[in-house]
Formats: sequence, C-alpha cells, structure tokens
Amino acid sequence: MIYSIDEILETVRMIQAQHLDIRTVTMGINLRGCIDKDIDKMCENIYETITTRAEKLVPEAKAVEAKFGIPIVNKRISVTPIAQLIDTPLADAEEEEAIDGAVKVAKTLDSSAKKLGIDFIGGYSSLVSKGFTMGDTILINSIPYALTSTDRVCGSVNVATTKSGINMDAILLMGHVIKKTAAIDPLGCAKLVVFSNAPPDNPFMAGAFHGPGEPETVINVGISGPGVVRSVLTQLEDADLGELAETIKRTSFKITRMGELVGREMAQRLNVEFGIVDLSLAPTPAEGDSVANILEVMGLERCGTHGTTAALALLTDAVKKGGAMATSYTGGLSGAFIPVSEDAGMVEALKLGAINIDKLEAMTSVCSVGLDMVVVPGDTAPETISAIIADECAIGMVNNKTTGVRIIPAGKEGEYVEFGGLLGGSPVMPLNKFSSSKFVRRGGRIPAPIQSFRN
Amino acid sequence: MQKERAVITVNGIDHPGIIAAVTKALADLDVNIEDLSQTIVQGLFTMILIADITDHDLAKLQDRMAEVGREQGVQIAVQHENIFKYMHRV
Repeated sequence: MIYSIDEILETVRMIQAQHLDIRTVTMGINLRGCIDKDIDKMCENIYETITTRAEKLVPEAKAVEAKFGIPIVNKRISVTPIAQLIDTPLADAEEEEAIDGAVKVAKTLDSSAKKLGIDFIGGYSSLVSKGFTMGDTILINSIPYALTSTDRVCGSVNVATTKSGINMDAILLMGHVIKKTAAIDPLGCAKLVVFSNAPPDNPFMAGAFHGPGEPETVINVGISGPGVVRSVLTQLEDADLGELAETIKRTSFKITRMGELVGREMAQRLNVEFGIVDLSLAPTPAEGDSVANILEVMGLERCGTHGTTAALALLTDAVKKGGAMATSYTGGLSGAFIPVSEDAGMVEALKLGAINIDKLEAMTSVCSVGLDMVVVPGDTAPETISAIIADECAIGMVNNKTTGVRIIPAGKEGEYVEFGGLLGGSPVMPLNKFSSSKFVRRGGRIPAPIQSFRN
Repeated sequence: MQKERAVITVNGIDHPGIIAAVTKALADLDVNIEDLSQTIVQGLFTMILIADITDHDLAKLQDRMAEVGREQGVQIAVQHENIFKYMHRV
C-alpha cells in the first residue's frame, strides 16, 4: 500500500468525525479599473468585473470539494476597499446624495454575490489609520445603511497601525456608526469589524478586503479545524505542555497542507494567482468545533479562568509553527480565533460566568483578531464602544499585531441574542459601568509607538 | 501522462457481500484496483482500495460508489489520492 492504513483512516476520520474543513476559498478582485465619474456607470462596471472574474468560483470549488472529499464551507470574494473607488463619482455630492451613492455600490456588491452564489463579499472598507479622504468619510457614514440593506456585504474600517498610530477621530466615529447600525438591525454589526493593523490578504469575514500590494485577482484560502486539534489533545491526558505544543504543531501541519493543496488546485483551475493560506483555528457554533473546548482539554475547568491567556498563547503559537512548515505563503490572520457567539464553548463559559470582557481583552493580546462577536447591552453609550475599540487598537499597535473589534450592541444584560447560521448566538456581556467619554471625545491621533521606527 | 489514483474507503457494520459489491461495481466501470486492504477497526468493517482512475470520470465513480454504499448500508468515500499525499508526505 502506498499510504499506510492509519494515514488514510486518519484523514477520513478528521473530515467525517472531527469537522475538518476548508473554511473558505476567497477570491480577491481589484476593482480600481471600475472607477467612473458616473456612479451608475461605476456600479455597472463593478457588477460586470465581479461576475465575470468569479464566474467559475463556486462551480470549481464544488468540483474540488468532490475530488478531495473535503468540504469547502464558504466561497467568498474580497474587493478593493470601496472607499478608494467612490471619491471620483461622489466627492462633490451633497451628504445625503453621497451616502445614497455609496449604498448603491453596496447593493451592487450584494447582487453580484447573489448572482454568483457567493456566501459573503468583503471590502466595503476604508483604511483611515492616519486620516480620512472624502471617500473614507462617505463610506464610513454610509455603513449603517449599507450593511443593513444588504445580506452578504461585509465591511471593515482600519483605524490604527503600528506605523501611524491610532486615529481617535475615526474610533469616536465608529462608536456612533456601530450604535446607528445596531439601531436599524444588530445583524449589520456582525458584518462589520474595526481593525488595527488590518492584513490586506485576509480571507476571513467580516474583515476581508483586497488590499494594496495584492495582484489583480488572487485566490486565498482559510483553513480551520478546532475539532481535530481537540480530538488529538484528548488522547494526551498525561502529556506535559511541550508535548501538547508538539502535537498541535503536527496537527496544524496536516490541516494546512490540505489548505495548500486546495488553494493551488483552485488557483490553477481558475487560472489566477495563488495567494496565501491563512492557517487558523476558527470555531463554528457546531458541537465540538470550539476553540474554547481546546483550552479546556488542556486542563482549564472553563475557558476564561486563570491560565486561559497562557493556554491560548501556546495554542496560537503552535498552530503558526506547524502551519509555517506546511505552506510557504502564510498570511491573513493566522492563529487562533476567539469569536464569542460563534463558539459553543465560549457561550457556555459566558453563561457560567467564567469569562468576562476583561479576560477576553487579555486573551486578544495573544490570539488572532480580537474582541470578536461580542454582544454588549443595547443601551451602551457610543463612547464606551469607542473606548473598547481604542483599547483593542492599542494592544494591536503596541504589539505589532492585528487586532479587531466586532461588537454588537443588542438586548439587555443577561438576555440571549441569536443571529443564526455561522454567527451563532450569545448572552449579552456586561461592561464596566464607568464612563470613558471625556477621553475618547478628545479626538486627534495617538502617536505611533517607538516600535514603529524600525528602519 | 501522469497516473491519477483515487483512494476508496469503505466503513460499516460487517456482513457478507460488501467486498463483492464494491469490487464488482469497479470492474463494471472498468476501473482497475491497484491495492486493497481490509481490516476491522473498532468492530467496524473497514476496507481501503487504491484505484487507477486515469481517463475515468471521478464524479461518475463517486455516484456509483454512493449507490453501492446505500445498497450495502456502508459509508463509502472516494477521494483523489493527492489529499493523502499532501497531508502525510513532505
């Protein structure tokens, strides 16, 4: 036999019993060529470009799924941050007219995604770590309407980088934007992330966009497999932490190889460049597909107790080390994700009072992304939301890493809010009662830290 | 031309006729079996076949195998060998 029975059975078991999947195949598309003085013409160009270039994305993904017998959960598209396109047609328009124009672009993205059978399209985005262009301002102001009047469009705003510091004006604005979006439909907030150090090649929503430095069209792959990692760790009852790390590394290697294979096959079939494999552990609400459960298997009674940050650091690092050997092109947000509502183990920990926002924030200093899918009381002040974003951005900026906030103001403390599908549901998390208003209202920019002078 | 191979795994409760049904279906499709191994893992009948699928339609083979799986009450997976090659060989 060319492969040992054990190897074959291991692969089959990972897929059938442990939820191993390719989480997403994301096609990045440059839309800069679509710019036109007339907004309607520009929308036409955008629709045309997306539907032509991604025409075969879904059928080919299905063919690859069948060929290898591995599920590809999401087929997605990321596009050039829309804020960079709308200056030309909308810069001179009145405020209301400009917002309508931007929403029109969002609806165009939505309809092209629906036409193609794509799950999500990301890139209703703006990069404002240092300041705003006209297009940025229009786009950010249009977010509440754009994300609530479309089904599949995701947006992100990058408000800080290690190189340029934290744009507090943008953060203050985002607090209001999030509140406004939640007032129309809280689900809109689930499609919006505020970033520090946003990666331009991230295949995961809501933060995916086709950033600067990327080729014309590219295929990025995001892999995941918390169920597999948990399952192998379950067999290591008495192992020490070094052995745990070693085992996670090996598993991560195998999972990532699968991503590399699928990514290259997809790129070849679609005749576009292969970008990166994002080697991540991202949970889904499905039983057993939880990152929190991995930490618990390591020996924590509940995720969120003392030691959780250390366990998560071990996990994130081991995932990266194993994956780095498996593919030469890693990128995106590689590491472990800890979205609250999407992770059954996290939700359980929250219900039991094992985890709170302060611990989550500490965990984000060692994980990928940050305060993700956190439901906070609907009457939270916009300034409080801004302050939460500022804290996360500070962690990202100072530690040279990506952090993000996807926060949803909905319901009352203790209530349970359900989003459905991959987004899951979560109890409303209590926040600190004291105000941060004066601090965030000062505005301006927090200067870049000394670590940014690396040249 | 490079040889294309598929790995076929059969899992289920043991009973007479599983091997016969699977191999007959492959023979009917003119698919050659290059390797075959059968074992009982955790009380379950488990068979692994490596088949040459050069010039064969993988989708058609998968459909036929799914049919055999239903008739025999077993789970059959047909996967291109590359996934095993990539995962376990550097």
